[in-house]
Amino acid sequence: MKNIITFGAGLIFGLGLIISGMTNPSKVIGFLDLAGKWDPSLAFVMLGAIVVAFFAFRRAEAKALTVFDEPIHLPAKTHISKELVIGSMLFGAGWALAGFCPGPAIVALGAGYQKAFIFVIAMLLGMAAHEYLYKK
Amino acid sequence: MENFTPISSLIGGLLIGLSASILILFIGRIAGISGIIASLLQFKNTPKGHQTWRILFIAGLLISSQVYEMFAPLPASEISASTSMLIIAGLLVGFGTQMGSGCTSGHGVCGLSRLSLRSLIATLCFMFTGFVVCYLMLHVV
Repeated sequence: MKNIITFGAGLIFGLGLIISGMTNPSKVIGFLDLAGKWDPSLAFVMLGAIVVAFFAFRRAEAKALTVFDEPIHLPAKTHISKELVIGSMLFGAGWALAGFCPGPAIVALGAGYQKAFIFVIAMLLGMAAHEYLYKK
Repeated sequence: MENFTPISSLIGGLLIGLSASILILFIGRIAGISGIIASLLQFKNTPKGHQTWRILFIAGLLISSQVYEMFAPLPASEISASTSMLIIAGLLVGFGTQMGSGCTSGHGVCGLSRLSLRSLIATLCFMFTGFVVCYLMLHVV
């Protein structure tokens, strides 16, 4: 049952990315291009997502158990570290260069785009590089 | 503004929020895509047996294009970046999301929804460099 729910959640997430326009890098870049013909659509993606998820997370914070009475795993970190700031800034730069963030890249990979495959392989290598440099 | 699609973007956003809500309330996990992928690669000292939900969630993402196509033509992903640019971008996204502990989904959707200051700072940081790099890319270089 939980497996079906999890798969369904991934599917709904992917469909949401497709419908919202997030899986189209040129639309993402149109959103980031404030100085050009700015397309604010993607602000509505975040608005829609937060309006719904806000209530779910409020319940999760109030009662740290799932519907199945299992623990909810919430991040415990609260420190604003330089890694948080620098890492997020590097991510934003990469996001603008290709128009892909991780979720939409995975969806476009599933759609068979060769360029998404190249991006995802590089992304995995970037993650591996971080692991190699910082975790061991 | 000719490409402005507030309705479909809002509907897509609602679905993303629904997915994140299902994952936290039924499975007890944060829908942070970069973290899920990194943990699948065993980069986060993940205990064995905790990978099933990650595999299933990513499988759902991977198959979503095919499911969408059963009902309507799939909107094109127009990828203008060159191969070398895609590699640089991918390396930055992979490295940056690990260093910053999250991406648009983990910080931007889940973190902001739970009013996390860390996620707000992270989101402002990646939006800021996103805008700046886009400006440099399209209007300066």
